Amino acid sequence: MQGPAFVKIDGVSLVYRQAEEETLAVEDLNIDIQEGEFVAVVGPSGCGKSTLMKLVTGLLDTTAGRITIGGKPVKGPVQGVGMAFQNSTLLPWRSTLDNVMLPLEIVEPHKRRLRKEKKAYIEQAMALLKTVGLADFADKFPWQLSGGMQQRANVCRSIIHNPRLLMLDEPFGALDAFTREELWGVMQALWMEKKFTSILITHDLREATFLADRVFVMSKRPGKIILSKEIDVPRPRTLDTTFEPHFGEIVHELREHIHSVRES
Amino acid sequence: MMSEKTLIRLMPWLVTIGLFILWELLCIVTGIEKFILPRPTLVFETMVQFAPQIAHHSLQTLYTTTAGFVLGVVGGGLLGVFIGASRLVYVGLYPVLVGFNSIPKVALVPVLVIWFGIGTVPAIITAFVISFFPIVVNVATGLATIEPELRDVLRSLGASKTEILTKIGLPRAMPYLFASLKIAITLAFVGSVIAETVASNEGIGYLMLSASSSYNVPLVFAGLVVVAVMGVVMYAVAVWFERRMTGWAFRGSDLMS
Ligand SMILES: Nc1ncnc2c1ncn2[C@@H]1O[C@H](COP(=O)(O)OP(=O)(O)O)[C@@H](O)[C@H]1O
Ligand SMILES: [Mg+2]
Repeated sequence: MQGPAFVKIDGVSLVYRQAEEETLAVEDLNIDIQEGEFVAVVGPSGCGKSTLMKLVTGLLDTTAGRITIGGKPVKGPVQGVGMAFQNSTLLPWRSTLDNVMLPLEIVEPHKRRLRKEKKAYIEQAMALLKTVGLADFADKFPWQLSGGMQQRANVCRSIIHNPRLLMLDEPFGALDAFTREELWGVMQALWMEKKFTSILITHDLREATFLADRVFVMSKRPGKIILSKEIDVPRPRTLDTTFEPHFGEIVHELREHIHSVRES
Repeated sequence: MMSEKTLIRLMPWLVTIGLFILWELLCIVTGIEKFILPRPTLVFETMVQFAPQIAHHSLQTLYTTTAGFVLGVVGGGLLGVFIGASRLVYVGLYPVLVGFNSIPKVALVPVLVIWFGIGTVPAIITAFVISFFPIVVNVATGLATIEPELRDVLRSLGASKTEILTKIGLPRAMPYLFASLKIAITLAFVGSVIAETVASNEGIGYLMLSASSSYNVPLVFAGLVVVAVMGVVMYAVAVWFERRMTGWAFRGSDLMS
């Protein structure tokens, strides 16, 4: 492995405390992620994937272990992280363009410059919308867009400010199969252009294999990493790639691990 | 042929006119005395006859209602923001508010009379306290029910509490605020009329009380009709306002358009 890890998750556990009840959600997680790497985390529902994401972004404090990003320990919400969730969380009172530009109103140095360089920023946002095929929908409101379009806008919003770290929590989970596979291509193109360090959480093994450089398989609760799999499929990957034998073998191997997890 | 749309538009008028005709017929058929239940035609006649007085007292009621309502919106809106934005304020104040809200407001009027004397002020204050609560509750609800994922998105961008409030909290609370206005305005109206009935020598409530003590029953009913009409008009204004301000929350439905 080359150089020190950008994101380092070191022996991390988390216990949820609710009244008297304690839930050990994740246990002794160890993950190293290189700068610019795209990793995916798969695992059965309820195994602590979203918890992991909240830990990495500092929205939750670890119960044990430590997480560093760029060498700095995570304490409190990490600033400037891009995030996209399954439900699109677009603001219904803002147009698509204004939704996508939201992070620029919050993250420095854009926040400071936004007023003066509004035009340039709008151009930048429009260019991004164009690459995901939403240029004609910039002035539309979220409820005027289809589910797939909303998710495109959502992904645009998560990367408009060139985040150091991109967190995707089942962003395509609610979409139909066709739209989902289409968006894999969109996502891959965006990542190949900008190369932000990305963590994708999903329960779709083909999605993980299509998008990631490395896939981590988590056990059921309490979540532990039981497999780290290098995806040595050349990029750009296409939908045809997913029908190649090697791709199939990888998906198959991941599936077997998930199965062994569920039966144990 | 009448389209369904025009029919929907006409329906409220048809029903209202129908009710008046029914009332008129009922009076004629039963021959009921006019100092018990006057016919609507007589009520309207009285309305015309007493037009100047009715106008004067309605304006007074309109004034106290609006003043109390505006105070309620400003005060209720602000308190709603504090309660919705801070868990601590919520925990501390909410039970107190609920307790306060369960006091029948008419019971407050005597206290207000002691403090401020008979007249305009008790009516305004009663309208204020009665319209205040639904606004607080609605605004606080709008703020408190921000989707946790959305909050996470903003927090991990590095947004401050104030930024979360102004970028998502307040816009999100707007439809809740405007939805509460139509309830609040009708309540404010109830409040001011009650206060005027008990403790004023002006206003539509006072007009009805004095008409009733001189057995001018048609005038009492004229007052009731005016109260109802004003209530409907204010409600409609609030709905219109709601539509204008928060169209996005209705997703292009054409009800009430
Ligand atoms: N705020 C919370 N309080 C208590 N338990 C929680 C909380 N959030 C999640 N959990 C529990 O932790 C476990 C992992 O949750 P989560 O990370 O959301 O799983 P996943 O995203 O993999 O489906 C689940 O069993 C869930 O019930
Ligand atoms: Mg989850």
